[in-house]
This record gives sequence, C-alpha cells and structure tokens, in this order.
Amino acid sequence: MSVADLVRQRRVHHVMGTTVSLDVRSPFVGDAVIDEVFAQLDDIDARFSTYRPDSEVSRLARGELREAEASLDVRHVLAACDHLASVSGGAFDARHQRADGRLDPSGFVKGWAIEEAAWRIDSAGGRNYWINAGGDIVARGEAEPGRAWRVGIQHPGKRDRVAAVLAVSDRAVATSGSYERGEHINDPRTGVAAPAGLRSVTVVGPRLAFTDAYATAIYVMGLDGLLWLASDPERADYAAYAITDDDRTVWTDSMEHYLVRGA
Amino acid sequence: MPKRGIAALLITTGALILLLNFKTPDQTVPVRSGGGVAVVEPTTGTGTGKKATPTPTVAPGATAAPAATPTPAGGGNSSGKTVDGPVVSTRYGDIQVEVVVASGKLTDVVALQLPTGRRSGQISSYAEPILHQEALKAQNASIDLVSGATYTSDAYSQSLQAALNQAGL
Repeated sequence: MSVADLVRQRRVHHVMGTTVSLDVRSPFVGDAVIDEVFAQLDDIDARFSTYRPDSEVSRLARGELREAEASLDVRHVLAACDHLASVSGGAFDARHQRADGRLDPSGFVKGWAIEEAAWRIDSAGGRNYWINAGGDIVARGEAEPGRAWRVGIQHPGKRDRVAAVLAVSDRAVATSGSYERGEHINDPRTGVAAPAGLRSVTVVGPRLAFTDAYATAIYVMGLDGLLWLASDPERADYAAYAITDDDRTVWTDSMEHYLVRGA
Repeated sequence: MPKRGIAALLITTGALILLLNFKTPDQTVPVRSGGGVAVVEPTTGTGTGKKATPTPTVAPGATAAPAATPTPAGGGNSSGKTVDGPVVSTRYGDIQVEVVVASGKLTDVVALQLPTGRRSGQISSYAEPILHQEALKAQNASIDLVSGATYTSDAYSQSLQAALNQAGL
C-alpha cells in the first residue's frame, strides 16, 4: 500500500457512445475535478455527436451551418481531420469515412476530447493517471514510482485475453479493429468495408487524437500502413502494432520501446 | 491487496519468428536493425494451453493471402505466393508492399516502392519473440488497463476493462 493507493480514484462515465474509465492517483484530483472532466466530455459530445440532430456536426452535415460559422473547436477538429486525410492518402477521412458520405469526425473527436480531459486533470495538479475511452487511452506519469502503466492490447478473438502488454508513460494508446460485433471500418477511398488483412491495429504516440486516427488509417491500408508509419519522419514519435487476419503480430521498430517481454 | 485475478489473461503465442527482408526494387538488402516492421507468429491459440510448435515450414502451394490478387511469384522470392498490396499515396510519395505467403503463412514482406529519399535502412525487422505464455501469466495482475477496438456502452460490461474496474485493479 502506497500513498498513491490512499488517494486513488477510479470512476466510470458513459459518454460519446462508449464508456470512459478514469484512474487518478493524486491528492489534488478529487471527485469535484472528475465531475468537471466528465461534464466537459458531455459538452463535447453534445456539440460533436453525429447521433444528436441538434449538434453542431449534425447541423453542418445537413448544411444548416456553414463551416466558417462553426465554433472554433469544430473548425479546429475539421482542419485536423483534413490534414490527416491529406497525409494518409485518404485512408482516414472524416468527410468520407461513412458509407453514406456524411461528415463524421468521430474518429478524431473522441481522442481530442480525452486530451482535453487530460489537460483539465493536469491543470488540477494530477500527475499520475489514465483515462480509457472505449479502449483509447491517455496514460500520464506512472502507476507507482518507477513503474510505467501497463496496457494490455485486447486479444481480437478472446475477450478475456490480451495479445501483448505495453509499458507506457506520458503516452496515448489507441486500437482500431473490427472484432467487436457489428463493428466495421469503411475504407473512405472506396466507400466499402476495409478488407485490410488486419484484425486490429494499436498505435502509441504523444497525442491520442492522432494515435486514434493513425490506427484507423493503418487498419484501412493494411500492412502498407505499417510501412507508411515507419517510413514517415513526421510520424517518428508514433509506433504501431498490428494483428493480422491469420493471427500474426506485426509491429514497427518504434514499438520495441513499449513492448513488455517475458524472460 | 487486490486479489491477483484475471487468471484467464494469458496467451498462447507460438513464438515462431519470421525475419523479414525489406528490399527496394533495385537491391536486396536484408536489414536487421534500425527502423521497421517485425512479424511474429500467432497471437491466438485454442485457449486450451496447447503450445504451438514453432515450425517454420515454407512450402509451395500457399493459401490465405491477406489482400489483393495473387500474382505469380517474382524472381528471388523462393517458394510461395506473392501478393502485391495497393499503392498507397502519401505526401512523401507512393508506398507499396509485396507479401510472400507460403503454407498460408506470411513469410516475407518486400517494399516494392518507398517514397523517394527513404532508404531501406529505415525499414527493418526483428526476430525477437513477444510475450511467451508464461511471461504473460506472470504479468496478469499488473496490467493496469486495456486498449481495444472501440467498445460501445452496451459492450462495456463484457469488456476486459470492465472486469479490471470491477476487480479494482
């Protein structure tokens, strides 16, 4: 039992169509701060949800709101999405991710929202914590002095297993895949489900919004996506780990830094 | 102290390691350190604890190509079937890989095209195993959280993260 255990908070909140779990080990971050964080996520959801007809994104998609008139946050997110579409050759494209062609920046928004939440915790004085939004993670600091957070990568075929373990500190981790029932990812370049050859892709990097988008892009690109990430100097801070349709694991050299190995 | 739970958190990794050679169209350069991509044998198993035996058999007459249309094997790729991936355009140039499949297993990945200025040395391979079954068992209780493809609120209750939350780990 350490001091961190004594002040540990574990909270769960349902928002953005998923479940956000939060673990903070700091005497400065109590229920009030976490309540604020969750309220902030609710607010982002209200503005960005594609499921809410009155959200800014829904109004944009219906043409009732012009992009130039949208809020700063919405314009920021769309600009980032357009940048990602450009650098990924269209493998991630918020304007074409959906089969019906409607605007859907959700693949970026969730990660961005969790980053905003993390900054709120940082500013309250939290140093050691993680936030997990449906498998997309920001992990700051350490689990305990000298031990990085250990993130299991969900085994795509077996719900109670992990395929590998990553040790991360001050990093984001996101996984894209199609193993969850009913889930699939469209290839924005073709408009149909990505054939990929990959079951899941996990990306580690400094920013969750980008790790999430890269994981989706690599899933769509298939093995080429790993090479894309590994050979691109602008993405040198990002690492990828993939599980193929035939249950092999493939990763970029940069992932070596995070993979926890047994003896 | 929390009970060391989630005993089922183990993996039967066959630990068959396949060293990859990345080649440019002009030259054939096996790179063994530096940047790159590594491929290792299966993450799945039957779940019965049956240990997969590392049997790197390479035989002709392959099946199960991951994507695209199989093409006749190019020169110098030994046995197996080669499959060219689509050309992926990036702002730095085009990227295309060719994979070699033998006995239903991916045995080689070749960079057919890399953006101009990218040296093959920036792509490499590793021959180290990921987690052995025993190793992952030992780490069960110290997994703090789980990254997976997005679960919906409905699916959360069945998720590994929910189990970890429940256990207070």
